Amino acid sequence: MSSAVAQPRAAKSHTPWLDDELRLGRILLAPTVIYIIALVGFPFLLAIFYSVSDATVGSTSLHFVGLHNYKMIIEDPTFWRSLRNAIVFTVVSQVLVVVLGKILAMALYKDFPGKWIVRLLILLPWVAPISLSSIAWLWIFDPVYSIINVSARALHIIGPNTWPIWLGQPDLAMASVILVDVWRLLPLATVIILAGLSAIPQDIHDAAQVDGAGFWRHLFMINLPLVMPIMLVALLFGIVFTFTDLIVVYVLTRGGPFDTTQVIASYAFFTGVEGGDLASGAAISLFLFPVLVAVAIVFLTMAKRAEVT
Amino acid sequence: MATVETRALTKSFEADNAVDGIDLLVKEGEFLVLLGPSGCGKTTLLRMLAGLETPTSGDVLIGNKVVTWLPPRARNIAMVFQSYALYPHLSVSKNIAFPLNAVGMHGHEVATKVDEAASMFGIKHLLHRKPRQLSGGERQRVALARAVVRNPVVFLLDEPLSNLDAKLRTSARDELQQFQRRLGTTTVYVTHDQVEAMGLGDRIAVLNKGRIHQLGTPLDIYNDPADTFVATFIGSPPMNLMEADHTLLGFRPEHFLPHDVFGADRDVTPFPFTVTRIEHLGADRLIYGTLEAPNPAVKVISRLPSTIPMPIETGTRYEFAVRTANLKHFDRETGVKRAGAGT
Repeated sequence: MSSAVAQPRAAKSHTPWLDDELRLGRILLAPTVIYIIALVGFPFLLAIFYSVSDATVGSTSLHFVGLHNYKMIIEDPTFWRSLRNAIVFTVVSQVLVVVLGKILAMALYKDFPGKWIVRLLILLPWVAPISLSSIAWLWIFDPVYSIINVSARALHIIGPNTWPIWLGQPDLAMASVILVDVWRLLPLATVIILAGLSAIPQDIHDAAQVDGAGFWRHLFMINLPLVMPIMLVALLFGIVFTFTDLIVVYVLTRGGPFDTTQVIASYAFFTGVEGGDLASGAAISLFLFPVLVAVAIVFLTMAKRAEVT
Repeated sequence: MATVETRALTKSFEADNAVDGIDLLVKEGEFLVLLGPSGCGKTTLLRMLAGLETPTSGDVLIGNKVVTWLPPRARNIAMVFQSYALYPHLSVSKNIAFPLNAVGMHGHEVATKVDEAASMFGIKHLLHRKPRQLSGGERQRVALARAVVRNPVVFLLDEPLSNLDAKLRTSARDELQQFQRRLGTTTVYVTHDQVEAMGLGDRIAVLNKGRIHQLGTPLDIYNDPADTFVATFIGSPPMNLMEADHTLLGFRPEHFLPHDVFGADRDVTPFPFTVTRIEHLGADRLIYGTLEAPNPAVKVISRLPSTIPMPIETGTRYEFAVRTANLKHFDRETGVKRAGAGT
């Protein structure tokens, strides 16, 4: 009896260091907090600081210039063009990604021989480094060697003397950039939507069939509404990845021709890093912020709703 | 209202025949129960009737029309699933209206029918709720309302009561049978629960390994099992079996009673046995024991109603007996009931 009483007291005074939940929790959280401060928080504050200064690459002096940089950007037609391009780029590519991702996910949901190899092939664009695959696309779009032109000519889709310059004509350039972005983000969206589809119990599909639903009714009344929450997740990821992406544009077109494929991220990069005007580059990139905040709010609202139900 | 018929219906998964050449005729308005252990093929059979599974060979007929290759929506059937399979994103009223919308019905007509079906199952107050806000019993009623709403010619029910708690199950069983009687719709009901099967079915088809072992009324199946599988699957505890003179002899635990109970009745067969364990179940006592010579030392069970208050102790030998008419004879090799014997 006496030992039973004594035990808790002994345990209390000798709680092993790592068994203190409060302390352990802080230790486990620390790497994440440090990571976010160092790689997200600090650069963000630095960007705000630069955007109200006259910082340039190679200059050691800094002066506070107030909102001068923002004023310059707002008066800059290229900035507005970049913003418009970024929105077109994001909206068109994400509409395509979600629609194609849903179709692909439904095709992959069915059982067929060799399903795993098809799934593997579809995932490849996502796991390949984007800078390398963009260079491959550069060759696909090459004005002389373009495989698209060669094939189209062989099939008599285009005449022998037409030479579409995929990355050199404004409309085609935007279409090409969108195509590569869709190609790259489609696997992720497909896998996310496939997970959503697999989570619907088979009974629901069976019940809809017995209840007389044909393909379209089944798709629009049962299938789509049930995967909608998870499709939204895929869409939000896609918006963030596309709106902030500069690699595809940088490798394929460098924003050209005549800034017709320039987006905010690439314009900020060309101005701030390649052009050396750090202050303006920082100010431009901060225009990404409101969009990303909006996306984050939608995300958090959804997460909260998922917790409640 | 329609008949449901299968002709040499077979479904193979890889090498196994889940359903192995079943011939079955469900009469108009009949309540037929498919009863069997899990994996016996009863659900596969039901899914083939629904059109959710295509048979490897054989035919399905509904109302004397071959529907083997028709999709479920062309069969005018309704099915209730074990999980109820309510559409989680739709309200109760939209769930019930779904089959009506699917056949192109709109507006006022839908509202009237939904209302009718909902009041039939007493769920009118739940119409605006979502399935996740309902209890198990309420969900089951919604699933039934969705099934009856467009007057199908056949109901297919796949263990619709197994997700309810025991108390609710009894009352749900009663309601289920009442509404089936009222509508008179041909019903095929799948279950592994023999109490449900005995209580609900006009006839029961006992299945094992893809074959029908016996098709008959609940009493037929209980009193006159076609083979040892049916004899041991139906009844709780199952029928006692022992080998005797190249046959298998079977007797139900409730027929295996102390010799004195039979009084002056001469036509009884004595089975002395030693008691090993006693379970008191309130209404009855289950008495476990081993048969004594001249019979082989087989484990047997007696179900003794509490109206026989005779004291019984473990480790003691008692003179028990069975009325000879209640002894069943089965073939030792095939387990099939021997014609003319024991009845």
